Parts: sequence; C-alpha cells; structure tokens
Amino acid sequence: MGRVVVDVMPKPEILDPQGKAVAGALPRLGFGQFASVRQGKRFELEVDGPVTEEILAAARAAGEQVLSNPVIEDVVAVYEDAVAQDAQA
Amino acid sequence: MTRVGVVTFPGTLDDRDAARAVRLAGAEPVSLWHADADLHGVDAVVLPGGFSYGDYLRAGAISRFAPVMGEIVEAAGKGLPVLGICNGFQVLTEAHLLPGSMIKNDHLHFVCREQVLAVENVDTAWTRDYTAGQHITVPLKNQDGQYVADDATLDELEGEGRVVFRYVGWNPNGSRRNIAGISNAAGNVVGLMPHPEHAVEAGFGPDGANGPRTGTDGLGFFTSVLHSLVG
Repeated sequence: MGRVVVDVMPKPEILDPQGKAVAGALPRLGFGQFASVRQGKRFELEVDGPVTEEILAAARAAGEQVLSNPVIEDVVAVYEDAVAQDAQA
Repeated sequence: MTRVGVVTFPGTLDDRDAARAVRLAGAEPVSLWHADADLHGVDAVVLPGGFSYGDYLRAGAISRFAPVMGEIVEAAGKGLPVLGICNGFQVLTEAHLLPGSMIKNDHLHFVCREQVLAVENVDTAWTRDYTAGQHITVPLKNQDGQYVADDATLDELEGEGRVVFRYVGWNPNGSRRNIAGISNAAGNVVGLMPHPEHAVEAGFGPDGANGPRTGTDGLGFFTSVLHSLVG
C-alpha cells in the first residue's frame, strides 16, 4: 500500500479570493504575523502496491489533466507520502 | 420541428427552465442524460446551470468527463450550436470548447440579481436576433462567476469579436474586462454566466419596460438558434 500526494495551488497571478478571506480572518483571532494566505488543494492517491516511478508519472499526468485546471492552477508538487509508508512498515 | 437538446447532469438545476425556454421559442426540447452517449439527433444543445456533481473538484470539472460530453465536443467541432449557461459555461471551459475559466466571485458572496448585459456580437448562432450593442436584462445567480484568462487570450477574444456579452453598470463578480459571455471562433459555441432562460415569459421574468416581471429579453437566445438552423 502506497500513497502519492498531489498539491495544487492557484496560479500566482490569479487572485485567490478564498486565501484573501482567510488572511482577513487570521488577525481577528490574534494571528497578526501572516501577511498573506493562499489556499490550495491536496490530493492523496492510494495504490495497492508500492509507489513506483510509473505510479508517480501517472499521478503527475492525472494532476495536469484532471486534478488541476492549467488556466487557473499549477500542480506544485507530486511526491510519495512517507508517513503512510512508515505506518505500513 | 427543430429539436434542441437540454442536458441533465447530477446536480443540474435549470434544465426544466431551459426546456421551457426552448418550447416558448417554438422548438421541441429533448432531454439528454449525462450518462447517455447519444445526442438523439438534436439540432442544437443547451447545457443548463446548476451545481453539476456538487461542483466537486472544480465547477464543471467532473461533468466534462460525462459520456454525453464526448458526443457534444465532437458535434460542436462540426458546427452544432451549443449554449452553456452558468454551470454549463463552466463545463464548456473545462471541456476546452471555450477558453479561460471561472473562479470564485471576487467579493466571495453568492450573487442573485437582475443584470444588464450589452450584446456585443450578434453573429453567433445564439445572438443573431439581437442588435449590436443592445442592452438586455436577465437574472444572474452564481458563486463562481469570475471569468479569468491570461492577457493574450483576452486580447485574442477581443480582437476576434468573441466577447459576446459584457456586464453593464456593475461587474458582479470581478470578471476580467467585464466579460459576461464568449464564443468559439466559429460562433456556434457560446457560454455566459447570466441566465437568459429565466427571462422568456411575461409574468416570470425580471422587471421590464411594461412593468414588473414583464422582461423577456432572454427569449432571443432561443429564437436566434432556431433562425440560425432554418437559415
């Protein structure tokens, strides 16, 4: 059992209204140290076997073609989730 | 009689109103089911608004992979008139039939209002019954209505006259360059965020020149496609 994580973020040049709203809420709860917030998505893709190079390549392709919309989002990271691997060991 | 297909995805809300608009314009509405890879020989297709697949992943993102969409993409490439309204517009961008995308409204609120639009291109299959520059009033209701695209795409759309509708008076969602709707290069595929299908019958539409609820400015979309098809 393995797990691949795909992180998707709004493109830097695209205004992120949700992140902006979160940034506005933080100071009200005493977290005044954060100048800005951007909110993205994390996908966890699990496979029955080990995470091979082929699996990572497939996860990258799924990230580009389905999990993100390249007009507004970037796939910023695709990686094996080490925590899940440790739990299985 | 001209037959206009109206697609229902899980979570579509406005398919009944769209079918009613087709009927009031003088055509026969044909229900198309998302899981049915068959257009049943329709002459045009409307993708109505709603929250298909609960807007999961991104608005319109899952619907793009519905079996009926494969047929629509292929037929649109051959000239089939296709109109995407609201969530249907989002589906058309996700299916790459129209450029750009929609993100959350800049003010973060759901907006529901009667919206004035300028019709800037009257050569599309869905706007030929309007006059260039005409102002129309139709309902607008969305959360993810902010149209975005890169500057090169926006310049191309403007240069080719493919900005079909622009918001007038107030930009209700932060859309780039006040864009409310666009078309493909051929003009058979049109998408917009506002809802013409809710302004097609006196008594049920926005306020109009003849009094409250008398506005029928949206009917022209559906008569336009009839006139496009019968030539």
